[in-house]
Amino acid sequence: MTDVQHLLPCPEPVRFMDEAGTLVPGGPGELATERGYALPSDDDLLAVWRAMVLGRRFDSQATALTKQGRLAVYPSSRGQDACQVAPVLTLAEQDWFFPTYRDSMALVARGIDPVEVLTLLRGDWHCGYDPVATRTAPQCTPLATQSVHAAGAAYGMKRRGNGGVALCYIGDGATSEGDFHEALNFAAVFEAPAVFLVQNNGYAISVPLSKQSKAPALSYKGVGYGIRSEQVDGNDPAAVLAVTRAAMEHARAGDGPFLIEAHTYRLEAHTNADDATRYRTKEEVAQWQGRDPIVRLQRYLLDRGALDQARVDEVTAEGEALAADLRARMNLEPEVRPSELFEHVYSTPTPQLREQAHMVAAEEAQVMHG
Amino acid sequence: MSTTTFAQALNRALRDSLTDDPDVVVLGEDVGTLGGVFRITDGLTRDFGEERCFDTPLAEAGIAGFAVGMAMQGFRPVIEMQFDAFGFPAFEQVVSHIAKMRNRTRGRLTLPLVIRVPYAGGIGGVEHHCDSSEGYYAHTPGLHVVTPGTPADAYSLLREAIASPDPVVFMEPKVLYWSKAELDLPATTAPIGTAEVRREGSDVTLLTYGPQLPTALKAAEVAAAEEDWDVEVVDLRSIVPFDDETVMASVRKTGRCVVLAEAQGFAGVAGEVAARVSERCFHSLAAPVLRVSGLDIPYPPPKLEHSHLPGVDRVLDTIGRLQWDDEPDLTYAGGPGDRAEAR
Ligand SMILES: Cc1ncc(C[n+]2csc(CCOP(=O)(O)OP(=O)(O)O)c2C)c(N)n1
Ligand SMILES: [Mg+2]
Repeated sequence: MTDVQHLLPCPEPVRFMDEAGTLVPGGPGELATERGYALPSDDDLLAVWRAMVLGRRFDSQATALTKQGRLAVYPSSRGQDACQVAPVLTLAEQDWFFPTYRDSMALVARGIDPVEVLTLLRGDWHCGYDPVATRTAPQCTPLATQSVHAAGAAYGMKRRGNGGVALCYIGDGATSEGDFHEALNFAAVFEAPAVFLVQNNGYAISVPLSKQSKAPALSYKGVGYGIRSEQVDGNDPAAVLAVTRAAMEHARAGDGPFLIEAHTYRLEAHTNADDATRYRTKEEVAQWQGRDPIVRLQRYLLDRGALDQARVDEVTAEGEALAADLRARMNLEPEVRPSELFEHVYSTPTPQLREQAHMVAAEEAQVMHG
Repeated sequence: MSTTTFAQALNRALRDSLTDDPDVVVLGEDVGTLGGVFRITDGLTRDFGEERCFDTPLAEAGIAGFAVGMAMQGFRPVIEMQFDAFGFPAFEQVVSHIAKMRNRTRGRLTLPLVIRVPYAGGIGGVEHHCDSSEGYYAHTPGLHVVTPGTPADAYSLLREAIASPDPVVFMEPKVLYWSKAELDLPATTAPIGTAEVRREGSDVTLLTYGPQLPTALKAAEVAAAEEDWDVEVVDLRSIVPFDDETVMASVRKTGRCVVLAEAQGFAGVAGEVAARVSERCFHSLAAPVLRVSGLDIPYPPPKLEHSHLPGVDRVLDTIGRLQWDDEPDLTYAGGPGDRAEAR
């Protein structure tokens, strides 16, 4: 008989603490414990907490910048803060990260300059950061297409023998796309060190998960490909950290890819341009507001005495400073150069592009000299 | 000199690239043990090992996307789309990522990879095995689109494509796989981005590429023998970048131009080439630039492909319509279509 038990996710999402930040009695369950998901240390959780506080401040500042017309659009990940930061903090020096448009907070947690994160949405250029220097692929908008890149990059790192792992984020809706399935299959067949993290926030713009999939849980989708799969309470930062850490170790040890489904919720609309009241109720949103990952972890750490009000104030001030710096720099008008449009299409512009560059330069010169 | 087929030249190019650069990897469907359905990768797995040439699961978007990821790690993947029409599942990866990555990252992340596409017809293939898909790729900024017409070019252009810092869609005319030349390899021909005059002539320029190169040369021979037209045949070789210089120099010299391409003509490469010639050589032209292309139909079944493929007669008829006697060409104007009937 084929052994699928070890591939199957826990029957319930792995969870260490409840909404009030109280450890659930009996821990995350026997199976989860057996799988090595251990409650992270206070220090690790303090790091996650700080990154979430800063991430959320960044996120709310970005939303505010859309209202001032500084950003063309912003897809907020407020409410998904635990998924945004905890997995990123498990990345080692050589690892690669494959984010989506939703994951700006994760990029900030990764240490990328917030202004470079927002270059795409401000409209100065497409990807604002250096993917090679940051080992972070450009934020991916064509749904699920990044997952095959992650599989290939993971296999590439395996071939290089550098111990690197590719961490790939994807949304619940995007798991219906073919590329997601091709990625899981390729990663499994090539035993690539890739970790796929599905942020199941319940919606693909307006379409609820019930119309997206009949799978018992999205994490079951890994099983058919022979991939170790798990589901986790995505609003429990301790659980997200513990499971991702185990998944990264699994991949790094050469045991192949790993799929995690994190059950979470976006508290804001799909983007600032979306009206979420057309497809979900106030009651539903309120219910999830009560499961806020930051509140939850902060209570836990305060209760244990690992955190005090002075430190909370300190990190809050750090967040304010980040927001003020972001505001100041986003309010500058960056110079955009039409000539740059031709510079990166090819390593050397084609004769045809050189002609068009001349035309645009001549038009620019005319505008400047009247 | 030894006799070398187009397919052997491609195989040798892959071998030499694998030998010269340890980062080159060849992947795709059946490219390993089998050596590809057209045997272009014959013996590569045997001689270079599974690490360098390997079979993938059967999923073209997966193959293209996986190659993107490998290129991010410094590899130079050469991927094979088994047939033209089976490259379509990979289209999103090609257009949204492979073509754009350099640009969207301001040149920081580049994808030096080659997509080999056996394309076009003339081999009696059943549906989905004979599509001319070069137009889709050529319409996508960020890709180089190259198509050899001789064994020497098959070798040299593929070597250059693999060494290129830019992604190259390498279109291999299936009908030429078994064509031969007396050739010593390695051989270096003109670089990507240049067209080549294959036959000099003074009366009319016949522009063509890939699968129709033999038709063009044949038509030129017949034209010389039977019609006293001296036809200059220019092989484009590289659709992107396009060699305006060689093409325009030829047309300015001859004063007449026909563009021959096997693909369906509407909104295609032949139309673009004809427009470029008209824009640049208007005062040198004694007649409008005419096109000979495939019909605007889905690729026909094998028993009807002869009606679709341009062929020598259609080329000669078209050359004949280049207003040699200063009369406007109304041969097919209006046709038996609706407008004529309405009148
Ligand atoms: C291939 C493709 N189709 C459609 C879209 C438009 N689109 C952008 S986001 C989105 C919903 C995605 O939902 P999900 O995967 O759950 O991610 P979330 O936005 O919830 O983070 C859609 C349909 C797209 N970006 N790419
Ligand atoms: Mg979603």
